[in-house]
Amino acid sequence: MFRALTRRWRRSLAFRVVATTLVAATVLVGVSLGFLLIRVTNGLVDANTSRSIAEANVGLAAAQQVVLQASEGGPPPPSEGLADSIMNSLVTSDDRGAAYEVLLLEGSSAADTQLSERGTNLVEVSSVPLDMRTQVREQGREVWTYTTIQYVNQPSEPGLVVGSLLTIGTETAYEVYYLFPYGELQGTLDLVRSTAWIAGLLLIGLLGLLMSLIARHVVLPVRQAARTAELVRAGHLEQRLPVRGEDDLAALALAFNDMAGSLQTQIRQLESLSRLQQRFVSDVSHELRTPLTTIRMASDVIYESRETMPPSLLRSSELLHDQLDRFESLLADLLEISRFDAGAAQLETESTDLRVVVGAAVEAARPLARARGCEIVELFPDQPCVAACDPRRIERIVRNLLSNAIEHGEGHPIEVRAAVGASCAAVSVRDFGRGLDDDDLDRVFDRFWRADPSRVRNLGGTGLGLSIALEDTRLHGGRLAVWGRPGQGALFRLTLPRVAGQDLGETSPLPLDPTEVGV
Amino acid sequence: MKGRVLVVDDDPALSEMLGIVLQADGFEPFFESDGSRALEAFHQTRPDLVLLDVMLPGKDGIEVCRAIRAESGVPIVMLTAKTDTVDVVLGLESGADDYVVKPFKAKELIARIRTRLRRLDDEKPELIRLGDLSIDVAGHSVRRDGQVIDLTPLEFDLLVCLARKPWQVFSREVLLQDVWGYRHPADTRLVNVHVQRLRSKIEHDPENPELVLTVRGVGYKARDESD
Repeated sequence: MFRALTRRWRRSLAFRVVATTLVAATVLVGVSLGFLLIRVTNGLVDANTSRSIAEANVGLAAAQQVVLQASEGGPPPPSEGLADSIMNSLVTSDDRGAAYEVLLLEGSSAADTQLSERGTNLVEVSSVPLDMRTQVREQGREVWTYTTIQYVNQPSEPGLVVGSLLTIGTETAYEVYYLFPYGELQGTLDLVRSTAWIAGLLLIGLLGLLMSLIARHVVLPVRQAARTAELVRAGHLEQRLPVRGEDDLAALALAFNDMAGSLQTQIRQLESLSRLQQRFVSDVSHELRTPLTTIRMASDVIYESRETMPPSLLRSSELLHDQLDRFESLLADLLEISRFDAGAAQLETESTDLRVVVGAAVEAARPLARARGCEIVELFPDQPCVAACDPRRIERIVRNLLSNAIEHGEGHPIEVRAAVGASCAAVSVRDFGRGLDDDDLDRVFDRFWRADPSRVRNLGGTGLGLSIALEDTRLHGGRLAVWGRPGQGALFRLTLPRVAGQDLGETSPLPLDPTEVGV
Repeated sequence: MKGRVLVVDDDPALSEMLGIVLQADGFEPFFESDGSRALEAFHQTRPDLVLLDVMLPGKDGIEVCRAIRAESGVPIVMLTAKTDTVDVVLGLESGADDYVVKPFKAKELIARIRTRLRRLDDEKPELIRLGDLSIDVAGHSVRRDGQVIDLTPLEFDLLVCLARKPWQVFSREVLLQDVWGYRHPADTRLVNVHVQRLRSKIEHDPENPELVLTVRGVGYKARDESD
């Protein structure tokens, strides 16, 4: 729950705006309504208190009158009659009925006087706080305080108590307490309070609703902009935002559309340029083929009759013949690269045992290797290394790796390995020639890159072999990695997913660094 | 004369060179440079084999190939500068028996032409039965219930090659070697396309072949009565 909320907080602007507004509104409404409530309560209570004190004073004055009348012939003896008449004067002075309770209590300082005590409606004496009684007795004048009025047979309720001392003669005195229950006032206050609550909640709710509407109004176009931007990123360059009105959001939409439009134009331009370029390379390669075919056949005819030629012409015809081969493979590679660049290369995958394909490539490379005096060693496992791949391309990759190894292997044996793992299969070609330094490793797959420009190229490779091998590997979703050290030779490792399209990760059944232990 | 070859190509230099090479090997070449006149030239020269460039002015090679195939089973070898799958398959499906990719070597081309024209040499009388088909090897004809089934020479060769050894499974590579005369690994799509064409002519239900069977992962074989 909490996590879901924090998630929404992080991800939804509208949620954040509404939540913030709600918190702020709650605090504001709370403070102002609280202030209002305190003022109203205080005002009501104050008015009530002064009215109650005035009422009590009226009653007290009447009682004082009764006592005065009774004391005309000297201090009256304490009697039931006196208590009753005092009590009556205290109560009947009220003109509204029993809006208050009265307690008439013995308040003499001397302990031996015997005054009768009176009370209305079974009010408990404990309703009057003890320290108030002490105050009344000692000060002898009117004192008031708030208290809880306790009844014998009713639930107690809050109220005001006003107390005073009614002196009879010199020795005896009554404590008189008026107890004003706040029942009515409490009702009023409750009403005010509940009204304030309802008003506050309503206000907060409405504010929240309003803010969420506003937030939606603002956020929805922003979300739409985000969605459209995502679509544009995914290549739907023609996507645009609807522009409504002339406000800030419309400005955002306009700016966005301008940006998308300019992006679209530029990308289209680049695309058409790139297409043009690729088309050109492809066209050139194709156009070259027809004259090359004629030259090729002419050269074949000349080459066939070389026995009858004088030596200079003979050598010329041989050079022509050989260089045509080279020219042809260069053209083929160039066309292949242009096909990769145009994204026109297609895989024709079938379940293939790599040992068979690699074996065929090795056999094809043997005559060349033999001519260079080096041996190719096949180190294949007994179990089949089956992977879903395009065998023609795999064979071409291995052929390219092999001719590279033969060219740079300086006559040392070349080791070809194959292996299979749980999710991938691999082939590696190791030579023990000059090796590669770190700079070489970075550039070895670059087109037309040569390890050592000063060295004579004997094999007449096109300089595109490894680039094509890399492209072929990429087409399979595989990896072509290279290891090399100066003087220790080089190792190329091709790793292929066993199931086409499967993510390869970093694993490979063959190690890249042959100097590792166990290799 | 070993045979008459019609060269349909719009490049004069290449045509001339092809002529030289063909003549040197004892063939009699005829030339046509416009695709829309190719069929006419075919009628006039009645060649034993057609060398057909894919890219032609007028009518392209695919259309010409279809037009020739519609009325004759004469071997057609396409000359193509394209190696893209779609183009090659399109060329083969239009009825070409074989194709060579420019730039090709003269020897390679001649070898292919010779293979395609090998049937002109004498063959011993031989009658093969395959299911309800009877194959007359020397007479170059296939009959079902006395009805002649019209096969191109290449389809006939393919059928004979398979039917002679019904106990043997032929890989695509072996068929390329035996039927097409390739000495190097080549495009196995050639075999697939022509097996489909052969089946569409001789099988009762080409979708469920009973005479030319596919052996998954290996190649093809003919129905063996002893199975």
